[in-house]
Amino acid sequence: MAATFAETPHIRSKHRQEAVVRVILGLMAFAMVLPLLAIIGYLVVQAWPLLSWDFLTQNPTGGMRKGGVWSALLGTIYLVTTSLVIAAPVGVLAAVYLNEYAKQGWLTRIINLAVVNLAGVPSIVHALFGLGAFVLFAGIGRSILAASLTLAIMTLPVIIASTKEALASVPMSFREACWNVGATRWQTIRGIVLPNSISGILTGVILQVSRTAGETAPIMFTGAVFFKRIEEGNPFAYGLYDQCMALSMHLFTITTQVTDAPKALPYATAVVLLGTVLLVNTVAIALRVKLRARKKW
Amino acid sequence: MFESVTPPPVRPLRPPKIQVRDLKLSYGAAEVLHGISFDVDQNDIFAIIGPAQSGKSTLLKCLNRTIELLPNARQSGQVLIDGVDVSEIPSVYSLRRRVGMVAPLPVGLPLSIFDNVAFAPRASGFDDKQELAALVERCLRQAALWDEVKDRLHTLGTKLSGGQQQRLTIARALSHEPEVLCLDEFSIAIDPVTTMRIEDVLKELKQHMTIVLVTNLVQQARRLAGRTMFLWNGEIVEEGATDVVFSDHPQSRKTYDYVNGIFG
Repeated sequence: MAATFAETPHIRSKHRQEAVVRVILGLMAFAMVLPLLAIIGYLVVQAWPLLSWDFLTQNPTGGMRKGGVWSALLGTIYLVTTSLVIAAPVGVLAAVYLNEYAKQGWLTRIINLAVVNLAGVPSIVHALFGLGAFVLFAGIGRSILAASLTLAIMTLPVIIASTKEALASVPMSFREACWNVGATRWQTIRGIVLPNSISGILTGVILQVSRTAGETAPIMFTGAVFFKRIEEGNPFAYGLYDQCMALSMHLFTITTQVTDAPKALPYATAVVLLGTVLLVNTVAIALRVKLRARKKW
Repeated sequence: MFESVTPPPVRPLRPPKIQVRDLKLSYGAAEVLHGISFDVDQNDIFAIIGPAQSGKSTLLKCLNRTIELLPNARQSGQVLIDGVDVSEIPSVYSLRRRVGMVAPLPVGLPLSIFDNVAFAPRASGFDDKQELAALVERCLRQAALWDEVKDRLHTLGTKLSGGQQQRLTIARALSHEPEVLCLDEFSIAIDPVTTMRIEDVLKELKQHMTIVLVTNLVQQARRLAGRTMFLWNGEIVEEGATDVVFSDHPQSRKTYDYVNGIFG
């Protein structure tokens, strides 16, 4: 009997194989962290001479060779916020319809197909569409509003997808239990489905901030400008119909258009952009942790 | 022009609570109920026994029209409650409040124990705080759960044990004061002791409502039911008084074999 489970050469080789596979897989997983650390480290080191609170709160000066990034940072905040205020309600409500109400049929299939394909449209095409539809056809002109609408259309499919996923994570049996006691679909959604998926929905929406903040092409044609002087320290310095600067665009112009800018300037701008995105992502992660802790089943 | 006048049918002393007439149900191309007809008496426990896949749960879904929520289900034939075709009841939500449903696996909603029971009354617009508290207490008492949870009504219902959750779902099903209570293999996930407690609860509830009990435990049907129906592959093999179904000489040999565990 004991001999059945003795260490045969075959079992020993399987042990070795297991160890090798584990090391290789672990290395691959760890390798994923390296680029991020390298990027952050490299940027911070290069940007170090310029990093200060003033860099955040001062406008660029001296033909963009001096000063800070205030007007670009504020512009990015405006663009991201406005586009999410537009895209989040539309996307979340559309996802609720698709996941909770829509019957499987040709219409639903067409909508789902449209969502998937919209997600695959390159951002430069969105830019042209935004220019044609919002700036010219709707007559909004090049402005924060037009740029935000363009960004909103770009983020919509992703918000819809992440919201559907959050809704689908609520077990079907909860819905059936509600229907069995005579609750309507909407009472079920309000009472059970949304309260138990709202954190997931919010996480998905917030993660779109990082994507929106980094986009350059869609805003370049529709509302972002090379340079604009605004009042320093005033968070309401832009209006919806104003054109604005943006961090991503600013980074592009100072690296390609401005000669003899200090070497640290683009790096410092990149650090601000990355810092904004990481800050927002941290909020999303904190929200997700809270969601797990509060999980009710 | 003479209209043919049919004499009004002689009403029995107590008309059946539920009448099912030639009920056929298919999912896509697969027919799972092949035209079944039976009556359920008022204030009886009506047991439905039969092996898995015989259409028992589907049948229950036809009673409260949750079958309509399944995208590819098609139904023909009638289900009448108190002589009224359920498909003609204008508000499906009021129908579902009249027909309580308890699922095989207990589903505590991710709410407090109190809110689990108060969910249905609130959904139908019941918002008097004191009356609601009284109703919740009454339902939890009826479901034999009150003594175990009365000190922690505001903790999560999902954190209760399986047997407690199943009694919680029974309390929830009672909270909308149904006339018919359907239980779909309620004892599948709970221990024998709790099962016996719930069986006692059902005997008590029978005074106030009609109970349809789908069960895999044939002895449970024998203990509780006034009438028993043996459903097999979507057809009724036998339906009759429980005494007869479980006797040595039921109408069908198949029934005898099934209740005695000779085939399954």
